[in-house]
Amino acid sequence: MSERPDFSAFPDARGHFGQFGGCFVSETLMGALDDLAAMYERLKDDPQFRADFDYDLAHYVGRPSPLYLAERWSKQLGGAQIWLKREDLNHTGAHKVNNTIGQALLAKHMGKPRVIAETGAGQHGVATATVAARLGLKCQVYMGAEDVERQKLNVYRMKLLGAEVIPVTSGSKTLKDAMNEAMRDWVTNVDDTFYIIGTVAGPHPYPLLVRDFQCVIGREAREQSLKQAGKLPDALVACVGGGSNAIGLFHPFLNDDDVAMYGVEAAGDGIATGRHAAPLSAGRPGVLHGNRTYLMEDDNGQIIETHSVSAGLDYPGVGPEHAWLKDLGRVNYVSADDKEALSAFRELTRVEGIMPALESAHALAYARKLAPTMSPDQNIVVNLSGRGDKDILTVAAIDGIEF
Amino acid sequence: MRRIESCFQRLAEQKRKALIPFVTAGDPSKKVTVPLMHAMVEAGADIIELGVPFSDPMADGPVIQKACERALAHGTSTHDVLAMVKEFRERDTRTPVVLMGYLNPVEALGYESFAKAASQAGVDGILLVDLPPEEALEIKPVMDTHELDMIFLVAPTTSDARIKLIGKAGSGYLYYVSLKGVTGSASLNVDEVAGRVETIRNLAQLPIGVGFGIKDAESAQAVSRVSDGVVVGSALVNQIAANPDNPEAINTAISDILAAMRKAMDH
Repeated sequence: MSERPDFSAFPDARGHFGQFGGCFVSETLMGALDDLAAMYERLKDDPQFRADFDYDLAHYVGRPSPLYLAERWSKQLGGAQIWLKREDLNHTGAHKVNNTIGQALLAKHMGKPRVIAETGAGQHGVATATVAARLGLKCQVYMGAEDVERQKLNVYRMKLLGAEVIPVTSGSKTLKDAMNEAMRDWVTNVDDTFYIIGTVAGPHPYPLLVRDFQCVIGREAREQSLKQAGKLPDALVACVGGGSNAIGLFHPFLNDDDVAMYGVEAAGDGIATGRHAAPLSAGRPGVLHGNRTYLMEDDNGQIIETHSVSAGLDYPGVGPEHAWLKDLGRVNYVSADDKEALSAFRELTRVEGIMPALESAHALAYARKLAPTMSPDQNIVVNLSGRGDKDILTVAAIDGIEF
Repeated sequence: MRRIESCFQRLAEQKRKALIPFVTAGDPSKKVTVPLMHAMVEAGADIIELGVPFSDPMADGPVIQKACERALAHGTSTHDVLAMVKEFRERDTRTPVVLMGYLNPVEALGYESFAKAASQAGVDGILLVDLPPEEALEIKPVMDTHELDMIFLVAPTTSDARIKLIGKAGSGYLYYVSLKGVTGSASLNVDEVAGRVETIRNLAQLPIGVGFGIKDAESAQAVSRVSDGVVVGSALVNQIAANPDNPEAINTAISDILAAMRKAMDH
């Protein structure tokens, strides 16, 4: 990388990261997004708001999450030491809750009695239903019909939490269609509804505020690395669907030139097959869901259906800041396919007694390749963004086991 | 003078309001669209909004989503849509045609190649529902060079300051979205629309077309009393959905709806 930009100065006032990001929505939503951006601008440095957020993270989510040295696995791989940032230990079992806590606080400040969300794997839906239950907000979650089928446990969790799960049957029946439907709901009910977007995509200011809420991951990991390993890590690895867990880990390290970063996309059946969910690896810039970013699209600009064993990565776009970091060369974007992810899922479970989410297993699959190329005195921090309980039925089905 | 401007001027002289039908190009098949466009003009349409199908039409309700799916199922591309306009122009050089859709298919072609091809095909304007004027700074001069009007939306939630901004950014006409929601939503409130159109008139210089929630001759008439034009989309596309294998029936049903609207609006 030739010249390092001031990463903290992005996005600009209208949400741009270079040519990426922005605010591409129908006019009806512009006012609501301007209001949200203004409210966030006012609150983000407000000591009371910060204190409320930090309090909830500590006492409700259970932060800080541990940085765990996977000693046995590292030894087995024979290279760098692998540290796991244990977001799987958060309340509700994934990093998603860091963001829903923050957005729920914003919803409260804006006086909105109803929240909606889109969800893929169901982790963001559960995290939204959870904060809605706690604050007594009405909650509806849009979820692709195919994801409703493969994530039955999370669907039921959301229902228990008092949320209504609305299956979306249009298009590919996955995360992108759920996001379309949530946008349609929001445009209709914009006066009383707060849309809690689950990732660092969508129109400005969402990529900004979701990133800021998730940065707690990287801030903690930075401090913990210094304390536990005595130095900054040599490499960071995180899976990238929309990319909120990855940006949360990476962002606080962007100015540390010696920290290499790897964002791992879902290669599905393999990049060469075209059946994957890796826009940064094999897509091109376009506009979808309110922002300009790398997309999986055909020559006519129609969005292509994606494929991944992991519902949470099954998305044809990616957060605009990742698109920008790719073009700048600050982060390396790589991929792991379904088989590699499943194999890493099994390996971590057996070797460390930690069952990762299939999303996080993509990051582990890459770390497994990376570690042996490094020396034992080097350190890798992998974001273990969620726990794998929700994926047991998927893995069992692959093993041919029925319940 | 550009076609859209002269159309509104002519209508103003006749003290009539523009009837603006919307259909998705290539729905239910590519060969249906051009004859349908001519039929709509014969039934009283002044301007045609032709939908460019997109895989993820976020601002549209189920009726137009399905129209996009039908059009894409047999591969209607942006080039196909432009070819349809070119064919339409062989017999009709007067009726303005506005392409309505989403930004990504335009970006995929590139602004310059899209604008050049659209202009050569005889397109008069474009309306991209996910492109607010703030994000249009780059595309606007390209469209200007090719004499294509950029039509922007104004919503019930649009502030006065934004109305001014949109009025300056756009040309041709402004499209007032009569309600908060997606296309094909419930009924609009005519009194509310009248009030908003009055506000917009005071802040922007362009003619105002009103769309969303216009279903029949009665609502078209009511809205035409308080605006410069009436856009009708989902009510027409419903007729396409009902007659997927019968182009004759589609033309007749849509012509009947438009003729009734025309009559009520001119009454």
